[in-house]
Amino acid sequence: MLPEKPSRETSGTLPLLPLVLLFAGAMLTIAPHAIWLPWWVDAVAGGLLLWRVWVALRGGSLPPRWLLALLTIVSAIGVYFSYRTVLGRDPGVTLIVLLLSLKLLETRTPRDVFIVAFLVYFVVLAGFFYSQSMQTAAWMLVTVLINTGALVGFSAPSRPVADNLTTAGRMLIQAGPVMLLLFFLFPRVQGPLWGLPQDAYSGMTGLSDTMTPGSISELSASDAIAFRVKFHGDPPPRNQRYWRGPVLSEFDGKTWRAGFPRLRREASLQVDGQPVDYEVTLEPHNRNWLFALEMPVRIPPNARMTADYLVISLPPVRTRMRYEMRSYPDYKAADPESDNAILARRLPRGFNPRALALGREWRESLGDDAAIVRRGIEFFGASRFEYTLLPPLLGKDSVDEFLFDTRQGFCEHFASSFVFLMRAAGVPARVVTGYQGGDTNPVDDYMVVRQADAHAWAEVWLQERGWMRVDPTAAAVPVRVESGIAAAARGATGLPLFLRTNIDWLKSLRNNWEALTNQWNQWVLGYNPDRQREMLGWLGMQQPSWQTMTMMLFWSVAGVLLLVALWLLRGMRRVDVVQRAWQRFCDKLGRAGLARASTEGPLDYASRLALELPARRAAVRAIVDLYVDLRYGTLGDPASVSRLRQLVREFRP
Amino acid sequence: MKLDRVLRRSQAYTFYQWVSRRHAPEAGVIFLGQRRVYILPTRPGITFACSLVLMLIGSINYSLSLGYILTFLLGGMGVVSILHTFRNLAHLYVSAGRVAPVFAGDTAQFQIFLENRSDFVRHSIVLRCRRAAVNCDVAARAAAGVLIPLQAGRRGWLQLERVTLETRFPLGLMRAWSYVQPDLRALVYPRPDASSLPVTAAVSESGDAVAAGAGTDDFAGLRPYQASDSPHHIAWKASARSEGLLTKLFSGSAAAELWFDWEELPDLDTESRLSRLTRWVTLADQHGLRYGLKLPASRVPLDSGFEHRENCLKELALFGLSDAPGKT
Repeated sequence: MLPEKPSRETSGTLPLLPLVLLFAGAMLTIAPHAIWLPWWVDAVAGGLLLWRVWVALRGGSLPPRWLLALLTIVSAIGVYFSYRTVLGRDPGVTLIVLLLSLKLLETRTPRDVFIVAFLVYFVVLAGFFYSQSMQTAAWMLVTVLINTGALVGFSAPSRPVADNLTTAGRMLIQAGPVMLLLFFLFPRVQGPLWGLPQDAYSGMTGLSDTMTPGSISELSASDAIAFRVKFHGDPPPRNQRYWRGPVLSEFDGKTWRAGFPRLRREASLQVDGQPVDYEVTLEPHNRNWLFALEMPVRIPPNARMTADYLVISLPPVRTRMRYEMRSYPDYKAADPESDNAILARRLPRGFNPRALALGREWRESLGDDAAIVRRGIEFFGASRFEYTLLPPLLGKDSVDEFLFDTRQGFCEHFASSFVFLMRAAGVPARVVTGYQGGDTNPVDDYMVVRQADAHAWAEVWLQERGWMRVDPTAAAVPVRVESGIAAAARGATGLPLFLRTNIDWLKSLRNNWEALTNQWNQWVLGYNPDRQREMLGWLGMQQPSWQTMTMMLFWSVAGVLLLVALWLLRGMRRVDVVQRAWQRFCDKLGRAGLARASTEGPLDYASRLALELPARRAAVRAIVDLYVDLRYGTLGDPASVSRLRQLVREFRP
Repeated sequence: MKLDRVLRRSQAYTFYQWVSRRHAPEAGVIFLGQRRVYILPTRPGITFACSLVLMLIGSINYSLSLGYILTFLLGGMGVVSILHTFRNLAHLYVSAGRVAPVFAGDTAQFQIFLENRSDFVRHSIVLRCRRAAVNCDVAARAAAGVLIPLQAGRRGWLQLERVTLETRFPLGLMRAWSYVQPDLRALVYPRPDASSLPVTAAVSESGDAVAAGAGTDDFAGLRPYQASDSPHHIAWKASARSEGLLTKLFSGSAAAELWFDWEELPDLDTESRLSRLTRWVTLADQHGLRYGLKLPASRVPLDSGFEHRENCLKELALFGLSDAPGKT
């Protein structure tokens, strides 16, 4: 072990301004994490940062090593108690944040500075686990700029901070082309390389495979985008835009559940009319289902269709996903009466006696399944139901209370009650959840379907018709399906702001922003192996081998770097031009027997030449004066340089 | 054969030549061309590269598009920093400046000029020689003088050794360096000992003092102070009354002239004799005396003043050595 130099123990050996910049970078990179980090981590990280800034500004000594070691151990234990583990994404990031804050208190030598700066880059990367939006990207770019500026500052301590930031910015800009090439051409592999920790995909929103009263109205408060659709022709009218999601057949009196999914073995769908072709860009929701208009006929690669006509992807949708779809709005799902239909008649015992009685009454008086369904739709249309995002709380017999007492509900109440009535009357029925509607963004013509468009409707099974869609909400509140949720629940405070407003510029601002976000998603975040293959296809390379890709990447990066090098070194060449012209002048005279002695300065040489070559006196004078001025004087403009070269070229001894 | 020629022209060969051989100093202006500037990553640079590999693996594993962007951006920045670091050092012009003589054991300040003929500032260029390290910036189209302090060990010529110019600007991830050896040598006088002026040495050689010669015995009047006058002879009281300093003039022959003779110090070895003589020369010069120096092979006639002192000290410094720069 080498003895530590005493001067390194004080914090004063590091320049103050770059140090402050380093702290700013660390603070900026930790800030976005503060929202989800345990409160005590925020407090500890903030406290340590303040402590370090205090030491830097007010002098004083940094805490001793043993104290820092102790704090590190205590933090690790704290992380363990917060998460009950130290493995996984969130505990890992928490640990890095704590380590960074602790390392700040140990910045004594330049080596520590590098470690802090690299840790900051790591935390920036970790930030992308939680958000990859454009705002995050901009924030992180600023962080990287400041952190890099701090690094520049440590290698040139006397420079002003603004200059250091300029240098850092320049370098980042010069790195831009290399980054773009690598981003688009670096051979992409579909992750993950190994098993991801359990918590890697927490916090994604979307429909679930169960439905209780209130679960969908919760979603309707979110204006988050569920998926985007690009139609290859005209989109179908709004009242036909039912995006099919999980189908729920099991009811326990409170909750509707999807049964165990069974894959469809035979195609029993009879289709008619024109198909609708479109491309869906689905936001990740950590479930398997892929949304499609009723009824889908095409199945994307790596996906299957269930017996319920639901398209499911084999791996859960954990990254933004694009798939091509084809649907027929006009269909006949002529399933033979199967287990599904038997399942679709079951009702739990001891719930909703009044609805049960009503259903039985229909069965007795009407007898025919189709007539019962018509009676049910009429019932919903005739009763005065109110569509609201904030329905009153319901008790044990929720269907009874909704149908006969409160009459205020959301789509899940309507669907649930209708299906219950049908089952009570002996008609096979089930709840279908999904999305209804969607709005086209005029900026980029993408149709946007939001979580707020989440919907639930019913399906009944009729002997001659197969499964048929019935939307009791549409029967009770037609405006929900004709004009969307905003019109149906006008003035409801639960809706997202933009759905409540009619201000045009706000809408257009929003449309533009979302179109931009869509481009960002399509090209930056959604750039995956498929997209890369697609892009290379445009460049004329079908299925290039990895060798070809590597060569292409290598040569393009080398070319770009050469350009950057030429740009950077351009200031160095001009002097050589002057020198070369002078050398050429001397060589010309040398050939005429008047070589310049190595000790002879330009002015001495000129006076000697003036004596030896009286005829060329003026030309020699002009060249020498210009040369001396360019070389030792203030002159430096390109015009003078080219004049010197011209004079030398024309000179004949 | 061809390979041999290629090898000869390669950077690695130039580098090998430089580090493996002792070099004669380079005269004139040294141009740091591309072939003389070497560049390698520093230890933080290697750590940085390893971090980037980790970040890339993380991005692939979690399919983080922005992770890819960050990693590639930082990677690109690292590569660009090679160019920046190289540019910060290459195409500088290095030339030798001055160095003042020093006494052995003192520190000689070697002056080196760095000239920057480019349009951008060169930041944080470190000049290293032995243990000395000096940091300097060179403004665009300007020159900067740098003083490299080197400890002078023995008397004689102290040749400036190989100087390493290096820079880690802007990110510290890369180190560009070059070796130069400007032709610059410092004269190192013998170290004076602590003796006082010899009393017995005040012997006039000729016997008959020049009547007009200046002595130290009898006060003869005042004249304006000159830089070479001894501070002991300043007439402080008279000066206070007049505009400037006045020097007292003395006449007389005794003690006016001192001869420092090698032969008078028989009981000392060579270096001690030189130290003693050096001490006497400096003391005599401080007192503004006229003195001469007698060495076995040479003698410096009686005189006084700065130039005389330098001559005497040079004789002492190079006693027994050749005038050519020695191999230190």
